[in-house]
Amino acid sequence: MKIINCPLNGPRNSSEFVHGGELREMPDPNNCTDREWADYVFYSDNQIGVITEWWLHAPSGYWFIAERHTGSDEILRTYDPSEIFTKRVEFSAKAESSQSEEITA
Amino acid sequence: MPFSLLKYGLNKDYPFEQNADLPAPSALKSHYDVVIIGGGGHGVATAYYLAKYHGITNVAVLEKGYLGGGNTARNTAVIRSNYLTSEGVKFYSESVKLFQGLSNEFDFNIMYSRRGQLTLAHSDAAVRGFRQRTEVNKHFGGKTELIDPQQIRELVPTLNMNPADQPVLAGLWHIDGATARHDAVAWGYAKGATQRGVELHQLTEVTGVNVEHGKVTGVETNRGKIRCGCVVQAVAGMSSVVAAMAGIRMPITTYPLQAMVTQPVKPFLDPLVSSPALHCYVQQTGRGELVFGGGSDPYPLYSTRSTMDLKESLLAHAVELFPFMANLRLMRQWGGLTDMTSDYSPIMGLSPVDNYYLDAGWGTWGFKSTPICGKTMAGLVATGKVPELIEPFAMSRFDTFRQVNEMGATAASH
Repeated sequence: MKIINCPLNGPRNSSEFVHGGELREMPDPNNCTDREWADYVFYSDNQIGVITEWWLHAPSGYWFIAERHTGSDEILRTYDPSEIFTKRVEFSAKAESSQSEEITA
Repeated sequence: MPFSLLKYGLNKDYPFEQNADLPAPSALKSHYDVVIIGGGGHGVATAYYLAKYHGITNVAVLEKGYLGGGNTARNTAVIRSNYLTSEGVKFYSESVKLFQGLSNEFDFNIMYSRRGQLTLAHSDAAVRGFRQRTEVNKHFGGKTELIDPQQIRELVPTLNMNPADQPVLAGLWHIDGATARHDAVAWGYAKGATQRGVELHQLTEVTGVNVEHGKVTGVETNRGKIRCGCVVQAVAGMSSVVAAMAGIRMPITTYPLQAMVTQPVKPFLDPLVSSPALHCYVQQTGRGELVFGGGSDPYPLYSTRSTMDLKESLLAHAVELFPFMANLRLMRQWGGLTDMTSDYSPIMGLSPVDNYYLDAGWGTWGFKSTPICGKTMAGLVATGKVPELIEPFAMSRFDTFRQVNEMGATAASH
């Protein structure tokens, strides 16, 4: 079985992980156009190459970020989201839920 | 042995007919009216109907590998139309009808075999879903009934009625369910298209698409540049990659899907059997092999490698459905690439680039739509108008949040 290196728990079987989709910037749901929102929710580059994406280590409920090649399936690097998110992402009250930043496949 | 067979065996010119089916490759011309990217079932079907119904024969089908060597050869060859939405049922029902006449039309046996497809419900929610699908099917041209466990036992006596402790409560019996030889479908269309003057260029990879002022003007290939009036993209598994050459971003994510086939055994299984809850579907081919496939891989990837964990879970579920399968040996196992859309419906029609037509997003439902997709795409190319049957499947439906939700009728039950 494929081994994924969890930044928190170390190398674990891939069956312990859930893919969380490519990391992308969310437009402001209150002010963006429908087209911008559709692009964020449905559209994707979906190219062959290294992508940055969310993964969840399900047993420990820990979300992290991986850089993976979508052609070779090689995981180049995994790291804690704090490397990218230096401060807490706040959502205004009108946004549907604090989890809407995650688009699962 | 019949003497006629011996005569064929000793005749060095045999099989003469097959040799003449596909003309030898010619040089690429500098201009075509229509360039079709992708020489799989969909690409050659589009070319065939362009030539047959619209008299458009200055057409080049460009295939980077060989005819029907991509996902046309990797699917599990299920033909059915028991979908959930009216749009889906109408579209796939037309496809089933066309499949029924293809062998005659081609004068070439595609080994079409109507078996019926049986989908199993293991929960009350699934039974309710089946009821809805039955009614929608009846309204829009499919032949589908809801059947009880006793009828299921009679149809498939070898089925375990309590697989993985999930008792079979009811079945969606799709009388039109069928299978055919997928390679032969591509070969038949290619033969018919090339006989009418279409050029099929294998080992010809498109490396770029030329767009000027928002309109496609030609393609670049590993064998040189071609100018063209319009382009049809029919590259299942690579839709996002090829579309990006034309500057188009698509609502697609590409996942591998794995399947397997066992050694041949005596015929015992007539219908195609599918269990969405167990992520497993099984059918016996005309040669006696059992073909079975399951759900997609858990994360996006452009690779057709097999993984042990997916194969293992698929096998476990197949053995639950048919316990004696544990004694069979596997002959082959493989993976294909599925371009998944979020609503599990295809993308057909216009694109943001003028004269660049999309035939994409075929996820796990591409083979069964080959004839009708080719026919409607040919209509679109010839007239410039989107045929009514495929209007609901335009890519722009994602911009207006008008998806055609077929998830319940598709996931792992193709």
